[in-house]
Amino acid sequence: MFSEALDKKANEIIARYPVKRSALLPLLHLVQNEENQITKEGMRYVAKKVGVEMNDVFEVLTFYTMYFTEPIGTHHIQLCRTISCYLRGAEEIREHLEKRLGIKPGQRTADGRFRLSEVECLGSCCTAPMFQINFDYHENLTPEKVDQILDSLP
Amino acid sequence: MELKILTKRFGLPNSTSIETYLAHEGYQGLQKTLKEFTPDQVIDEVKKSALRGRGGAGFPTGLKWSFVPKQSPKPKYVVCNADESEPGTCKDRPLMEYDPHQLVEGMAIAGYALGSKRGYIYIRGEYMYIVPILEKAIDEARAKGYLGKNICGSDFEFDLFVHPGAGAYICGEETALLNSLEGLRGHPRIKPPFPAVAGLYGCPTVVNNVETFTAVPHIIMKGGDWYRGLGTEKSGGSKMFSVSGHVNKPGNYEVPMGYPLMQLINEECGGVWKGRKLKAVIPGGSSVYIMTAQECENATLDYEGMVKAGSSVGSGGVIVMDETTDIFETTYNLIHFYNHESCGWCTPCREGTDWLHKLFKKIHRGEGTTEDLRMIERLCPNIEGRSHCPLGEAAVWPITSAMKKFPEDFRRRVREVEPVAAD
Repeated sequence: MFSEALDKKANEIIARYPVKRSALLPLLHLVQNEENQITKEGMRYVAKKVGVEMNDVFEVLTFYTMYFTEPIGTHHIQLCRTISCYLRGAEEIREHLEKRLGIKPGQRTADGRFRLSEVECLGSCCTAPMFQINFDYHENLTPEKVDQILDSLP
Repeated sequence: MELKILTKRFGLPNSTSIETYLAHEGYQGLQKTLKEFTPDQVIDEVKKSALRGRGGAGFPTGLKWSFVPKQSPKPKYVVCNADESEPGTCKDRPLMEYDPHQLVEGMAIAGYALGSKRGYIYIRGEYMYIVPILEKAIDEARAKGYLGKNICGSDFEFDLFVHPGAGAYICGEETALLNSLEGLRGHPRIKPPFPAVAGLYGCPTVVNNVETFTAVPHIIMKGGDWYRGLGTEKSGGSKMFSVSGHVNKPGNYEVPMGYPLMQLINEECGGVWKGRKLKAVIPGGSSVYIMTAQECENATLDYEGMVKAGSSVGSGGVIVMDETTDIFETTYNLIHFYNHESCGWCTPCREGTDWLHKLFKKIHRGEGTTEDLRMIERLCPNIEGRSHCPLGEAAVWPITSAMKKFPEDFRRRVREVEPVAAD
């Protein structure tokens, strides 16, 4: 069950729209932030809140890259691979991350601490190469800087 | 020489707070609008300014606004496209992060011009850290009477909400954005009807890019003629250009429309890095034609000038490549992007980008032949103009232009074979 606080937040979001269904994406973010993934219970909750079938929720969430139906991990490293980052050395950063974490893009470390994803342009082209860890931007990366950032994580 | 219009408050202490905004001409455009302008006069002023959509398509903003049917009994919506996802483009991010009130004010003026009471800012989910910045600005504006009921003591009512997306390039296409805002998959809709007539919830809707809205308060304050005068006759005003790739000082630069491309690269950005020569530039985000160094020489950054030079202004994402760059590899990087971002709705784009990606991958591995290059050339015109939305063209243009302008980078990657007869 989701908390009363979350439910209150969900109602606030729904009230922003003349049609409840518009709250679907924001509510999926809400439950995913709570559970580190979107569980069946999360889907059921969102479906009920916005008045659609669970199937509709599943159909929508599978379209978007930011939703996960398995645990994301504590630190989700999303490395940009698109052209501006590629030109400034994104491949070198990927190789460094793969070596350091022992996983490939799309995988999670066994302890669940890290997930590595290669993603498309994150709008940080003038400060390339870059990755996002959860929602934080880390820019102008070098292998040394990557190490410092990872070492500083809890 | 850089201009400081949209970016003039960047770097001020607490630049996101309403106090700073008000101390630097903030909300004066909205006040002037409500005191001195009828809605039609706002649209006329924007038309006069020659402001064109800054998201990539460059459609004249005033004209777009004039398509909204005034007599429609339905509610009207103002939607900001803050789904900035065009590779090479990162200008809307600082506009929202450093000066969120400028966007709020621009949207409120648009709301007045269009007879709308409600607006949404559709921001890409990856920019989640900007959501609280925008929400704080909106709350402050509400508290000071610049949003909500009876704005500035008038009978104008307008409110604004932030809506995060969840990762999908296609949602930058305005009708896909509207579907996404309605809680659906981000599939584009068939046009017409255009959103101005049937947009959000089937109601008249104007969708504009962040940068487009932020220009509006300045146009109201100083006049459409002044704004137009900054740029060229047909491309008014200033524009943000995100310069990335192989330059010494990558960054966002605001310059007048019509500014020489090479001056932007050599002066503002300190030239090509490592003392190398320029090989190519993709000037308007990844979806436009690539340019050779020679084409860049006399190119000016206005809509007409860039077409003349062999490309387009697009979203203003200038991607610079030095002489060591392999254009086959950069094009492979981009077809990977478009293949990943194709929404899957229509066959030419879904299958076409997948097929193109496979062929590029094969050549990348060193297994390609000249027949594969011919196959790519045959595939492209079967996507271009045949897809449900412009993503098809966006995927094809970087490829066809790269193969035409840098044929050597492709040819030397493949083995010569006899052509197979095409049907």
